[in-house]
Amino acid sequence: MKEGMSASIHKALENQNLAGILDRWNYPATRAKAFEGVDFEALRSKIAGIKGEAAGRLDELAETFKKNAEANGIKVFRANSAEAARQYIANLCKEKGVKKIVKSKSMATEEIHLNHFLDEFGIQSDETDLGEWICQLAHQTPSHMVMPALHLTKEEISDLFAEETKQPLDNDIQKLVKVARKAIREKFFEADMGISGANIAIAETGSIVICTNEGNARLVTTLPKVHVALVGLEKLVPNYTDAAPILAALPRNATSQLMTSYASFISAPTLNDDRTMKEVHIVLMDNNRIKMAEDPKFKEALQCIRCAACLNVCPVYRLVTGHVFGDIYTGGIGTILTAWFNELKSAEDIQALCIGCDKCKEICPGKIDIPGLILEIRRRAATKEGLPFIYKSALQVINNRKVFHTMLRTASVLQKPFVKEGFIRHLPMFLSGLSEYRSLPSVAAVPFRDVFKTIKQPKCTEKAAFYAGCALDFVYPDAGVAIVKILNKAGIEVLFPEEQSCCGIPHWGSGSFDMAADAAERNILPLLEGNPEYVVVSCASCTTALKKEWIKILKEQHRESLIPDAKKVASRTYMFTELVDKLIKEKRLTPKEGIELHTLTYHDSCHAKRHVGVFKEPRDALSAAGYEIKEMNECDTCCGMGGSYTLKQPEISMQMLKRKLQNIEETGAEFVTAECPGCLIQLRGGLDKSGSKVKAIHPAELMVDKFK
Amino acid sequence: MFENFKARAETSGNTEVKRFATTALALGFIEEFLEKEEVKDETGSYAVWAKSPILEQFDNEAMAQKFPGLNFKVTRELAKGAKVGITQLKWGLAETGSMAQDSTDVEQRLASALAWIHVAILPTSKIIADIPALMTKMHPKYDKYITLITGASKTADIERVLAIGVHGPERLVIVCVDDLELEGVAS
Repeated sequence: MKEGMSASIHKALENQNLAGILDRWNYPATRAKAFEGVDFEALRSKIAGIKGEAAGRLDELAETFKKNAEANGIKVFRANSAEAARQYIANLCKEKGVKKIVKSKSMATEEIHLNHFLDEFGIQSDETDLGEWICQLAHQTPSHMVMPALHLTKEEISDLFAEETKQPLDNDIQKLVKVARKAIREKFFEADMGISGANIAIAETGSIVICTNEGNARLVTTLPKVHVALVGLEKLVPNYTDAAPILAALPRNATSQLMTSYASFISAPTLNDDRTMKEVHIVLMDNNRIKMAEDPKFKEALQCIRCAACLNVCPVYRLVTGHVFGDIYTGGIGTILTAWFNELKSAEDIQALCIGCDKCKEICPGKIDIPGLILEIRRRAATKEGLPFIYKSALQVINNRKVFHTMLRTASVLQKPFVKEGFIRHLPMFLSGLSEYRSLPSVAAVPFRDVFKTIKQPKCTEKAAFYAGCALDFVYPDAGVAIVKILNKAGIEVLFPEEQSCCGIPHWGSGSFDMAADAAERNILPLLEGNPEYVVVSCASCTTALKKEWIKILKEQHRESLIPDAKKVASRTYMFTELVDKLIKEKRLTPKEGIELHTLTYHDSCHAKRHVGVFKEPRDALSAAGYEIKEMNECDTCCGMGGSYTLKQPEISMQMLKRKLQNIEETGAEFVTAECPGCLIQLRGGLDKSGSKVKAIHPAELMVDKFK
Repeated sequence: MFENFKARAETSGNTEVKRFATTALALGFIEEFLEKEEVKDETGSYAVWAKSPILEQFDNEAMAQKFPGLNFKVTRELAKGAKVGITQLKWGLAETGSMAQDSTDVEQRLASALAWIHVAILPTSKIIADIPALMTKMHPKYDKYITLITGASKTADIERVLAIGVHGPERLVIVCVDDLELEGVAS
């Protein structure tokens, strides 16, 4: 990561204005209300279908649009590049003698830096969207795709307005809005040209659809005699009726509204108020969109309807805000769009901000796998330029079981001077940052793989292969012991394949898919030895690898011969609590009666909740085992661990942890549990450092003595 | 349909929905409203009433005399200084509390987009379910500029605090009329 990036992250974390605003909003609750009575899954499948199909034939739709819009009297220009779009608009201004332009928010004009370009010809473009106007006055770029000036405080805005209107102003938001209304209104009447964007472009009818809440788009397209719309090709849909699902999802997802105040379908020039005919130009801009559509992976990103919900829910965006997380297009989807419409280089730094928690994927109305595509950017960068030497070496070490395990065993000895009660609380010198906000776990004196050999087990007909994952094996062996005891109690014999090693998620997460495939290869056959009924995994991330990613990675890396066995592993894999829940429901595990009631709060690991969809089962199992669950606020928001993320982005990681700890404390529960040793390392370390009474513990340890 | 429409419209921000059984009662309300809002012939105080089928239902001259600030012709200058803009809308959408305007005629846009208060007249019988339903009634082939209007003009661009009345009306008064069945140039 470049120095500049790390400095801007630090600066953003110091200024928590935007984060505070997004928190007060309570987006998840208001969004849920807006979607009451709407089948979101069906709606977004429809949108993804429409937009996905459209992305497959952009060129054809653009031609149909052009033909139909021109038949209606609109002039349509297809601009292949940003340069061509700028030039067309500049020429038009020259031809019409345009000196003043009013604009309704358009991300595409931001993308091609249109204002700046026109400025060079002495043409003044005034933004009329309040947020955009504020950014323009502040000489800044938008920080949010829907609410562009969200990073500025009312005090800062008041100063900007006071300077612009040459009058002293107070900080009352309602009054500030009225000041803007008055100042901008004159501009609508003075302008020779109105420039807008479009939310949707309908090929069948040659119409564009523009949504605003402020009503500025209606004025921009009504008062000046010339209207120019700059529209990215990805806004095209085939049919008139295709606009309906997009209009149903966009306002609900963007701002929790049922509809924006205004949504206009403009299909032809109309008469101006002086009875002359308005001139309407639509610039359909490619700027690498068709190339994107031809990419089998990134084509999906063209399904975006620009609702910015991925920003609203992103735990990282909420901390670092838009000017760190993007430039023009911000946040998760912004990272991807920047890579294509700007350049891959500028997206490389930004992509490192994604922690891969998948929160955005859950609410994306275009069903875009945003984290997956960001990972693809990472993979391509890693393939092209290679990973940094140290990092690559570390990943190679992890992938070499003998070397890695020897290192861990050595560490358990070397760490001794720093260990107290199972934690490393302070590290010397340059390592001190790692333990600044969070105690680090110590490596266990004896790893689980050695402890396992000493456990006497009953011989049973049913067998389960236990995939422990590195962290449980070497950091939390007690949880492993508890898992074996519980499964034995249900009449299942546990096998521990010695050959098992890292699941490959760290490699996959850093874009090294070949190393991830190596990891899969090393594990698959050992796990099937002895033909076990179940493969039990005690870590959510590893579960994802076994259930989903191995198959995908092997396919990707063309190692097809192993896929049938990978599928066999996947079909037998259970996250530990998922299996316990099943065993309880099958009455093979019977909870004890009359045990003392304890309270716990359940932290949904990102991999558990969103990658493999396990969140109900652990709660059911823990309740059955006698725990009262006190749900925390944002129970499924990432704790900031994210594997190596905590090392690469320590400042962000720690802020996320801080928030998580506060949510945990507020429940008043005695325990916090998570079925991911990574999350447990983060939570346990954070709780220790803050001196909390809450204990972070693996569910297996909580349940071990709760069954008859 | 009406109840859903009213409930949804009234939560969309500074919007009131009134319902009248007859056109005469609705007109009575509008007169009262103009009186209450002190409509007079001064910038910032007058009203514009864009071409609407309902105008055929009463003596326009007489009403204009009663309210010297009431104009039945909408120009950009008049709309700019108008306190009240009156238009008749084509369809209401129950799902979202929206109304569909055929704004091909610029007067419809000027009156409803520039005034402080937008009074929207809507035949109660023209309230339909949602956008897909609307798409079977209005089509770009015939209606060159369609606008869906939902609530007043608003923004949350400063610190995500809701503020009403940015570039457009800060108040929307919807007058639903049960016996108004006029087709034709209704907007």
